[in-house]
Amino acid sequence: MRWGGVVSFFASEHAMRSERALLRAGLQARLVPGPREISPNCGVAVAFVWEQEREVTRALEQSKIRFEAIHRYELDDGLRTAEARA
Amino acid sequence: MTDIYLDNAATSWPKPPSVLAAIEDFLVHAGGNTGRSGHRRSIASSRVVSLARERLADLLGADSPDDLAFTKNATEALNLALLGLADGVERVVTTSLEHNSVMRPLRALEQRGRCTVEVVPADGHTGEVDLDAWAARLRAPGRCLAVAVHASNVTGVLLPVEAMAAAAAAAGVPFVVDASQSAGHVPLDLAKLGASAVAMPGHKGLLGPTGTGLLYVAPGVEVEPLMRGGTGSRSESEHQPDFPPDRFESGTLNGMGIAGLGAAAAYLADLGVERVRARLAALTRRFRAALERADGVTLHGPADADRNVGIVSLVVAGVPCATVARLLDDEWGVMTRAGLHCSPAAHRSLGTAPEGTVRFSWSHETTEREVDAAAEAVRAIAAGARTPGAVETAA
Repeated sequence: MRWGGVVSFFASEHAMRSERALLRAGLQARLVPGPREISPNCGVAVAFVWEQEREVTRALEQSKIRFEAIHRYELDDGLRTAEARA
Repeated sequence: MTDIYLDNAATSWPKPPSVLAAIEDFLVHAGGNTGRSGHRRSIASSRVVSLARERLADLLGADSPDDLAFTKNATEALNLALLGLADGVERVVTTSLEHNSVMRPLRALEQRGRCTVEVVPADGHTGEVDLDAWAARLRAPGRCLAVAVHASNVTGVLLPVEAMAAAAAAAGVPFVVDASQSAGHVPLDLAKLGASAVAMPGHKGLLGPTGTGLLYVAPGVEVEPLMRGGTGSRSESEHQPDFPPDRFESGTLNGMGIAGLGAAAAYLADLGVERVRARLAALTRRFRAALERADGVTLHGPADADRNVGIVSLVVAGVPCATVARLLDDEWGVMTRAGLHCSPAAHRSLGTAPEGTVRFSWSHETTEREVDAAAEAVRAIAAGARTPGAVETAA
C-alpha cells in the first residue's frame, strides 16, 4: 500500500486527535515521524492515502482540529517495506 | 478493624480498577515521552494522553480538548490562571470561602504591590453570596480579575458561580472558578458556565491518581503561561508556542497519571455524574439526620443536601478536632480530616477558626453502613466527652 500524503501539525496533540478522527471517519491513517523536509514543528505527522485527500481534508475540517498543511509525500513506511520483502 | 475512608475531599479512594489498569498498561505498553519522538512508544504515550484529554473534554463540556491543559494539581492550575491573568490588574475580587490555593497567590500579588484583594462575604452554611455586592465590586473603577470557589472544601456548599460568571461577563471582568470539590461530583458544562478559566484536580471527584489536575481556558482568553520550556513542538524556536495545549504544558507530562485520569473520565461518563451527585446527597442527608439532634455535636454547612457536594463538617463540644479525628481513626477506623483544611478564611467566616472542624467527605462508593458507623462513632465520642475522664480532651 502506498500512502502518498502527509498532514503536518503544530502540536503532536493535534496529530493524535487527527489520526483518531480519520480512522473514525473510515479513512486510512497512520501516525509517522514527521519528515524534516515537510515541517520542523511537531515530531509526528499523519500519513494518509493520497487518493482520499478530499475526504481527509473534509474530515479534518469537520473535526475542527488545527493542522499545519497537507502535503503530497511518498512515504516508504514499514508496512510497504515488509510487503516488498515478502 | 475495617477501613472507613471518609476523606475524599482531600483525595478520593479507592480508585476504579480501570484506573489502576490504565496506569499499569501505560507503563508496560507505552512508556515513551509524550509528544517528543516519533517511535512507537512515544506515539503510544501521546495517543493515551490525547484520548484522555478528549474524554475529559466530553465529560466536562469543553468545546474542544484544546481548551484543557494538564497540570499536576488544582493548585498549579489556579496559580496558572490567576498569575496568568493578573498582568495590569489593579483589584482582585474574591469570596470569603476560598482555599489557600487561591488566597496565597492573591496575597503574594498584594504583598508585591501588584493589586489589592477585595473579599465579598459568602455564607458557608447556605452558599449565599450577595450578588449585588459582587457585581458592584466588579464594576468599581480599576482593572479587575475575579475568582470564586464552586463548592467550599470545608462545608461542601455550592456557590452560585453561574450568576457570578454572568455578573463578571457583564462587567467585562475575567472570572476564574476553583472547581476542586465540584468536578466529578456535580455535572459541569464548562463551555456554558461563562467562566474565563476553571481549575480542578484530577485526583478528587474525577477519580484519577494524585499528581493530576486540569485548567480549562475558555476560547479567546489570553493566559500567560506559568512555565516555559520544551513542548515537543516548534523546536526550532526559542519562544513559547502560542497555541494550546502546548502553550501551558512545558516539560514532560505525567503520562501514567493522565492515563489513569483518562480511564477515570471514561468510568465517570459510564456511571453518570448526576448519579454521583444524587448518591453523595443521599449519604449527606443520612449522616446529618443521624447527628442533627446528637448532644454535643454541632454540624456546619448546608442543611439542604442538594446544595452540597458530599462534605459534612462538625465540632464535638469539649473535644479538640484533632483528638476527634485521632479517636475516629484509632478506635473506629474512620479516616477524616481535622483542622482548618487549608482554608482559614472559610473557617473565619464560619466562626470555626482557629480550631477548625472535623470534615467527613464521601465518594459514590461510600456505603450507608460506613456513614452509620461514622455517625455512631461521633455520638460515642460526644457522649464520652460528657463523662469526666472518658475522652482525652487535650489535642
